[in-house]
Amino acid sequence: MLELLRYFGLPTVSASTQGPAIDHIIALIHWLMLILFVGWGVFFIYTLIRFRESNNPKADHEGVKSHFSSYLEVAVAVFEVVLLIGFAFPIWASRVNDIPKGPEAVQIRVVAQQFAWNIHYPGSDGVFGKTSIDLVDEVENPIGLDRSDEFAKDDVFTVNQLHIPVNTAINISLSSKDVIHSFTLPELRVKQDAVPGMEIPVWFEATMTTEEFLQTTDGSAREGMGFEIACAQLCGLGHYRMKGFLTIHDDEGYAAWHEEQQEYLAEEEDDDWGDDEDW
Amino acid sequence: MYTVHHKESFWAKYIFSTDHKIIGLQYGITSLVWLLFGFTLMMIMRYQLAYPESPVPFIGGLLGDGGILPSEMYNSLGVMHGTIMIFLGVVPLAFGAFGNYFLPLQIGAIDMAFPKLNASSYWMYFVGSVIMVIGFFVPGGAANSGWTSYPPLANIATMGQTVWLFGMVMLITSSLLGSINILVTVIQLRTDGMTWLKLPIFVWGQFITAFLLILAFPPLEAAGVLQLMDRLAGTSFFMPSGLVVSGEVMTNAGGGSPLLWQHLFWFLAHPEVYVLILPAFGIVTEVMANNIRKPIWGYKALVYSMIFLGFMSFIVWAHHMYLTGMGTTIGAFFQTTTMIISIPSVVILTALLISLWGGSIRFNTPMLFALGFLPMFGIGGLTGLPLGLAASDIHLHDTYYVIGHFHYVVAPGTIFALFAGIYYWFPKMTGKRTNETLGKLHFFFSFIFMNGVFMPMFVQGLAGVSRRLWDGGEVYAHAADYLYLNEVMSVSAWLLGLAQIFFIVNMIISLKGEKTGEVNPWNATTLDWTDTTSPPLGHGNFEKIPVVHRGPYEYSVPGSKVDFIPQSEKG
Repeated sequence: MLELLRYFGLPTVSASTQGPAIDHIIALIHWLMLILFVGWGVFFIYTLIRFRESNNPKADHEGVKSHFSSYLEVAVAVFEVVLLIGFAFPIWASRVNDIPKGPEAVQIRVVAQQFAWNIHYPGSDGVFGKTSIDLVDEVENPIGLDRSDEFAKDDVFTVNQLHIPVNTAINISLSSKDVIHSFTLPELRVKQDAVPGMEIPVWFEATMTTEEFLQTTDGSAREGMGFEIACAQLCGLGHYRMKGFLTIHDDEGYAAWHEEQQEYLAEEEDDDWGDDEDW
Repeated sequence: MYTVHHKESFWAKYIFSTDHKIIGLQYGITSLVWLLFGFTLMMIMRYQLAYPESPVPFIGGLLGDGGILPSEMYNSLGVMHGTIMIFLGVVPLAFGAFGNYFLPLQIGAIDMAFPKLNASSYWMYFVGSVIMVIGFFVPGGAANSGWTSYPPLANIATMGQTVWLFGMVMLITSSLLGSINILVTVIQLRTDGMTWLKLPIFVWGQFITAFLLILAFPPLEAAGVLQLMDRLAGTSFFMPSGLVVSGEVMTNAGGGSPLLWQHLFWFLAHPEVYVLILPAFGIVTEVMANNIRKPIWGYKALVYSMIFLGFMSFIVWAHHMYLTGMGTTIGAFFQTTTMIISIPSVVILTALLISLWGGSIRFNTPMLFALGFLPMFGIGGLTGLPLGLAASDIHLHDTYYVIGHFHYVVAPGTIFALFAGIYYWFPKMTGKRTNETLGKLHFFFSFIFMNGVFMPMFVQGLAGVSRRLWDGGEVYAHAADYLYLNEVMSVSAWLLGLAQIFFIVNMIISLKGEKTGEVNPWNATTLDWTDTTSPPLGHGNFEKIPVVHRGPYEYSVPGSKVDFIPQSEKG
C-alpha cells in the first residue's frame, strides 16, 4: 500500500523519525478504504447488472434477508478501534508529550509573519534573548529582539532559512506575529499551525541530510531542489509564496554554519546580518 | 378544505406568494442561478491554476493588469466560490427548495405551518445573497480570508469581509426561520395515519436537517456579530495581545483568541456538512425506492442512523482543528467521536446498496444520478477517514486531499442527488417530462468530468500540496512532480461546465413541451404523487386530504396486481 500511495503522490522520502509512523497509519487507513470501496463496488456493479429491469422484470419485495451487513459494520468499527488505540493515540501522544526540552535537543524559535518565516536561534548560551513588539522593525529586526538583553547578545536570526543538524532532536517553539500560518515540512511529515498569541512546540528528528536527499531527487521534476518550509494555512495575498528553505546538515556542517553565523554577528554588529540577502 | 377562489395578481401569485410550492420554486430557481455563478468563479480560478500568470481569456479585462487574475482576487473568488456554493446554492436548493415543495406534499399537508414566515425566509435569503455579491464592488473586493474567515486575517481584511459578515447574518436568520417552519410542519401537520415510522426517508432527512440548522447556526451568528464588532467597533474578541501587522503594532488587539472563532465556526460548519448530505440521502432514497420497485432495505436502520448522525455531528467539530496545538485528551475525544460518526454513514450506504439486491432496476435519468451518488459519496466518506485521525491528518491537513474529500461529498455527492431530485420531481412541478437522452448525456458527462476534477486532488494532497495557493503550487519543489495535474483538473472543470448545457437545454425544451396529463408518471407510492390534484398543483395541494394506511415504499407487494400500493390505499 505504501508503495501504491507513493506512486500516487506521497513523497518517497520520509525524512524524520516520526515520518514512517505517519506514513504507516496513512497506509493502513487506505487499506480499509480500498477494501470497503472495492467490496461495495463489486457488489454494486454485480447487482446493477443482475437486477436490471430487462433481466429481472419482477422485483422481490423482501430482497436480502441475511444480516451479513451487520458483520461488515462491526468489522469496520473494530478496525477503527485498532487504528485509534494502536496507532492514532500513541502517535499523537508522542507528538504532544515527548517534547525534548533538555540540552541534547536543539531549541529554535520560529516566528511566522506575512509572508516569511523568522528563525531565531538562542546562540551559544542556549538561552533566547528577550523580544518585544515595540522593537519590531520589518527590515532590521523582524522578531523585535532586544539586543540590550544579556541573553540576546549571541542570538542569531534568519529569514526563511532553517538550518538543523541530522539525527538530533529539534524542538521548535512556533508562534506568529500577525495571522494564522501553518508550518509545514512535507518531506518530514511535520505540520503545525502557527497561532498568534500562542507558543506551540513542534518537535522532530531529521534522519537525512539535505545532501543525501538531493541524491534521491535525481531525474525527478524537483531535481536539485532541497527541503522546503511551506505555509499550509491561508494567510493573505502572499500565502502562495510563503516558502522557506530547510537545510539539514551533518554535525560538522551544522557546527560550521553556526560558527559562520556568529562571525557575521561579530562583524556586522549593527548591519542586516542574517537577512536572507546574504544567501 | 382550503382553496383559493379569487383571482390573484402576478405579484401576489409568483413573487410575494405564501404558497409553499411557489416559495420552493423561488428557492430552487434562485439557488440554481447561484450554483452556476459559484461554479463560474471556480472556472476562472482554475485558469490561473492551470496556466499561472497568463491572461485569462474573454473576461481578463475585468480581473486585473494584463488580464491576469491577481492573488488577492484569487482569494476573493475562493471565498465567494465556497460561500456561494454552500450557503447560496446547495443548502437553499436541498433544504429551501426541495423541503418547501415536497415535504408538505409527502406528509399530506396543505401548506407549511407558517406560510408568511416561509415567504420572509426566502426574501431574507434573497437579500442576504445580494449583499454577498455586493462585496465584489466595495474597495478591496469581496472577502478574501477563506470561506472559514479565520481571524486575525479576517479581522484585518478589506471591507469585503464586513459585507460577507452582514450577508452571513442575513442568510443565517433566513435558515433559522426556514428550519423552525419545517420542524413545526413535520411535528404538527402530518396527516391522519402518518406516524413517525411511516414517514418517507426524504421527510426524515429534512426534519433532522432542520434540527441541525436551528441548533448549529446560532453560535455562528453570534460569532459573526462578534467578528463584526472586532472589525467595526474596535473590540478584540478574536485577537490576542502583541499583534504586529506589516510592522505596525495593532493597538486594539488584546485579550482575544483566534481559536475561539474556530470553535464557534466549526460548531456550525461540521453539522453543516450533514445539512448538505442528509437531504441528499433523502432524495436518493426516494428515487431509488421508486426505481428498484421494492422497499428500501433497513428503513428503521436508516432512520436511526440518520438521527444518530445528526446527534454525533455536534461533537466532532474540533477534528478540523487537530493542528491548532491540541493536547492528547481532547484529541482522543474528537478522534473517537469522528470514528464513531463514520459507522452510521457506513450503515446508510450499505443499506442503500443492499436495497438494490432483488430489485427490478430502471435506469432512467433520476435513477442514474441517484446511483452515481452512491460511489461518489462513498469516496467522499472514505477519504474523510485519514483526515479524521490526527496522526494521518498531520500530513494531509490543509492540502488538496481535504479539497478532494469534501468536494466528493458535496459535488458528485449532494449535487448529483439534487439533480436526481430535479429530474424525478420535474413532472410534479410542471406536469411535463424531461428529455431522457439529454438527461443521460448530462449524467454521463458530469460523472466523467466530476472525477476528472476531483480525483487528481488526492494525488496532489498526498504529495503535500497546500490548498489556496494562487499559483497552484508552482513555487514549491514538492509540488513539481504533480503540477501537470492542475491542467487536467482545470480542463475537466471547464468540460464539466459545458456538460451542464445539456441540463439547461433540457429544462428549457421540457418546459416548452406539452403537458403529459400524467398524475403519477413514475408509479410512485408516496403522497406527493398519489393524492394530489394534477400538476402543477393549485393552492391547497389535495382534492381530498389523504389518510395514510401503510409505509412509504410498498412496491412489489406479493399478491398485489400492480407493483406499487400508494400510502393512502386502504387494506
